[in-house]
Amino acid sequence: MISAGTADQIWVTLDHWLVAHTPAPLQTLVSIVISVAAIIVVFAALFALTTIFERKGLGRMQNRYGPNRVGPCGVFQPIADAVKALTKEDVVPRSADHVVHYLAPLVLVGVIFLTYAVLPVGRNMTAVNLDSGVLYFFAVSAATELAVFMAGWSSHNKYSLLGAMRAIAQMVSYEVPLLLSSIGVVMIAGTLSTVKIVEEQARTSNGLAHWYVFTPWGLAGFILFMIAATAETNRSPFDLPEGESEIIAGYFIEYSGFKFALFFLAEYIEMFAVSGLGITLFLGGWSSPVSFLGWIPSWIWFFAKLLALIFAFIWVRGTMPRLRMDQLMNFAWKFMLPMTLITMVSAGAWRFLTPAVVGPKPLGGVIRWLVCALVIFAPYITLARALERGRKIEKRVYRYAE
Amino acid sequence: MLGEGIIQGLVETARNFFGSYVEKDRLTTVQYPEERHTLPEASRNFPFLLYDGTDPEAGLRCVACQICEKECPPRCIHIEKSKDKKPDFVGKQQAYPVVFDIDVAVCMSCQICVEVCPFDAIRMDKEFELSTSNRFGGLLWTKKELAKPNEYYRKIHPVEAAETDERREQELAAAQAKAAAAEAARAAQTSASATPGEASGNGASAPPAKTVVPQ
Repeated sequence: MISAGTADQIWVTLDHWLVAHTPAPLQTLVSIVISVAAIIVVFAALFALTTIFERKGLGRMQNRYGPNRVGPCGVFQPIADAVKALTKEDVVPRSADHVVHYLAPLVLVGVIFLTYAVLPVGRNMTAVNLDSGVLYFFAVSAATELAVFMAGWSSHNKYSLLGAMRAIAQMVSYEVPLLLSSIGVVMIAGTLSTVKIVEEQARTSNGLAHWYVFTPWGLAGFILFMIAATAETNRSPFDLPEGESEIIAGYFIEYSGFKFALFFLAEYIEMFAVSGLGITLFLGGWSSPVSFLGWIPSWIWFFAKLLALIFAFIWVRGTMPRLRMDQLMNFAWKFMLPMTLITMVSAGAWRFLTPAVVGPKPLGGVIRWLVCALVIFAPYITLARALERGRKIEKRVYRYAE
Repeated sequence: MLGEGIIQGLVETARNFFGSYVEKDRLTTVQYPEERHTLPEASRNFPFLLYDGTDPEAGLRCVACQICEKECPPRCIHIEKSKDKKPDFVGKQQAYPVVFDIDVAVCMSCQICVEVCPFDAIRMDKEFELSTSNRFGGLLWTKKELAKPNEYYRKIHPVEAAETDERREQELAAAQAKAAAAEAARAAQTSASATPGEASGNGASAPPAKTVVPQ
């Protein structure tokens, strides 16, 4: 019988066992290789799973079956897709900048895999425990913009350049609210280390974990973070850089075969990485929400939360139409930015409304919660009113097209 | 309030998502190779040649008049006319096609060949699963592949076939009445003039006893 602790630490134990059985001079190298290989294998497999889930899920949302031909219920569809991508001809435009064109997908995928280094996928299961993990994550993921622009510029194509310009405008704009929405967490946790942030949230009182999403600023911050994350990963409804109906595939229009598959992979693993950071910052990482479910291994919690967020991404994609460029920018600078700043104010209020100020626990806690919620909710209503003022939605009249 | 519409939209898609597992009516897709729609009566694809009776050579209605070949807009029909003749359904001596090819890779399914045919010999088929691994020979249909019995036509286009059959029966009846009248006139003439040599000469051109009657 395997105890809860063994199952929880099974991968860590396995890793230690493998490292212990290698010669001493190679141990550091083997340890690194195991961590890197585990990240690449697990998240690439999750990518394959997600493609089929997404296609089937979107299908169901549109009252279709989705792919159901390859294997039972279409479960082998990712394999068929992979074979197709690998066997396709790799076409490079004659006028393209060959070196940059070749490097762009590699840089994109490489950079995104680097961000996984600081994600705690389970208890003691972080590849690198950096003191400034959150900062590292944002710094590295900002380099995806470079790869996207490399792809768009080197293809020597109008559409790809348009897509790359849209991507840069969008990703730079949404980087700001993405970063600001996570500052509240850093303020309260008092650390930039992802491992410590999760440990902070894993503490329980009265059987309930201290996840930041249970606080008003955490809830608002989480929603804002996920909106910004959707824009950062260029997913619908913020998929302007790809915009199939307008600019065909945007910055990766001139890619085919396996390079195209790499862009596809990059889009998904970036989604997982950013969801993983959202889980780490707001949803308590690998911890269970209630203490009596603590026997479930920590890595199962992390991946369960990750799959839930992936489903949310698919759900949103199946629901909303693409934004217009001006709507996108207005939303970023007129709504997201003020709201994230207000969330920071609320987090500050939460920090200083200690029991010494608002009174002892049960009532004091409620007062603290309501005050912090009001700090966010009142500006939200005001902002929403202000943004909707002067905008009349009328029936559109077509004068020339009959 | 800001964001209300998004919640409504999310609820709608969630209802679709879970509803599609519960209510089968939501999924309108027909799973094609296993299930299929019945084609509407008027659906058409590529032409075929009709024959009466059981023998596709003897019963072929086509008389190689080549009107369809001349009218065909993409010129996908190729006909070679016979030197000899065979009797048609009313017993009249007609030529027949030695070669009748349709290149269905070229055919645009316009049905003009059907409309111009005075002999009801060519009609539109409903068969649509025609893919072949040989793109040259596989899509060039010869007389043998094109000839299909009248029963088949009745099966795929019952209304049209009934109308054609009725018209052909009337034509046959008119031809038979005409032959009978000619026979009667000849008999009367024979009895009046009583010249045996002339009578036997007329007899040779009289319609043969066996005619192919459309079922």
